Amino acid sequence: MQINLNGKTHETPEGTTIAQLIEQLNLADQACAVEVNKALVTKANHATHILSEGDTVELVTLVGGG
Amino acid sequence: MSHASSTMSTQSEPQIKPLVVGERMFNSRLVLGTGKYASMELMKDALDASGTEVVTVAVRRERLYNEQGQSLLDFLDLDRYTVLPNTAGCFSAEDAVRVARLGRELLEQLGNPGASWVKLEVLGDKKTLLPDPVGTLEATHELVKDGFSVMCYSSDDPISAVRIKDAGATSVMPAGSPIGSGQGILNENNIVLCLELLKQGDPDYPVIVDAGVGQASDVARAMELGADGVLLNTAVAHATDPVQMAHAMRHATLAGQQSYLAGRIDKKLYATASSPMEGAISYIPGE
Repeated sequence: MQINLNGKTHETPEGTTIAQLIEQLNLADQACAVEVNKALVTKANHATHILSEGDTVELVTLVGGG
Repeated sequence: MSHASSTMSTQSEPQIKPLVVGERMFNSRLVLGTGKYASMELMKDALDASGTEVVTVAVRRERLYNEQGQSLLDFLDLDRYTVLPNTAGCFSAEDAVRVARLGRELLEQLGNPGASWVKLEVLGDKKTLLPDPVGTLEATHELVKDGFSVMCYSSDDPISAVRIKDAGATSVMPAGSPIGSGQGILNENNIVLCLELLKQGDPDYPVIVDAGVGQASDVARAMELGADGVLLNTAVAHATDPVQMAHAMRHATLAGQQSYLAGRIDKKLYATASSPMEGAISYIPGE
């Protein structure tokens, strides 16, 4: 199925959870926060939150800023 | 150690009060940004030299590694610094609230005490990066309701500042001049009025001058006007020698604060001699 990940179309298997998506991206050991359709999904729910076709996912981290 | 006379500090270095922001307390009154450094190593050294205990960061889409394959988090000692995540780049209250929540989530994951606060920026215009007063107020209300301690970037308009405080902001942070402009404090009178109105009946309410600093004297001036702290980034990150400038900013913060606490003399039109006229052997005109 297709989701929108950080502004780009991304292919991921049906039934993918947020935790699995993070794993697929090799980001499991990084600090990253996730929003699905503009709503925050906290880390505690990454393993149980199943993504749906067409979801808009933002995956963010901290960068230098003022 | 008998050779210490040249390096010895004076006996009565005054005790400087810590900066209290909500439930947090810091010895340094300087807040430094982590953006725009030529390298992560340089940033790390500059932060160290500045003596800061609070650093701002931005929340951005997964770009976990910069061009050199380095992550900011590898260069930030999270046991040393309280991280203040910002909502830079947000042009609506809705987006700022989303970004604030993402920042809190990240800092909770990292176990940093900065998790529950946010440097709120709701911008009104891309070219000037001036704050949108209406969006800023909306976002402040929303974030305070959501349990955030809001450190709010604002213009130097005293009434806007008061409205933001009334909305529940933990600190109002008026800009000296536009972000990254290096113009210093363009309207000292407005900063003084912000301080007066925000601290009326609430003298410990923290007011931090945020944005526009170009050099150390701008920091000293902000502190001399009675600000509780200064937040800056570009003036250090883009200085020819960022580490030396960071040192200068640290000293300027202290100098400005001590000067403010010491109480300056009144300005007078005419001179007042420092040496006594009495006993002068010279001819004094008019006497």
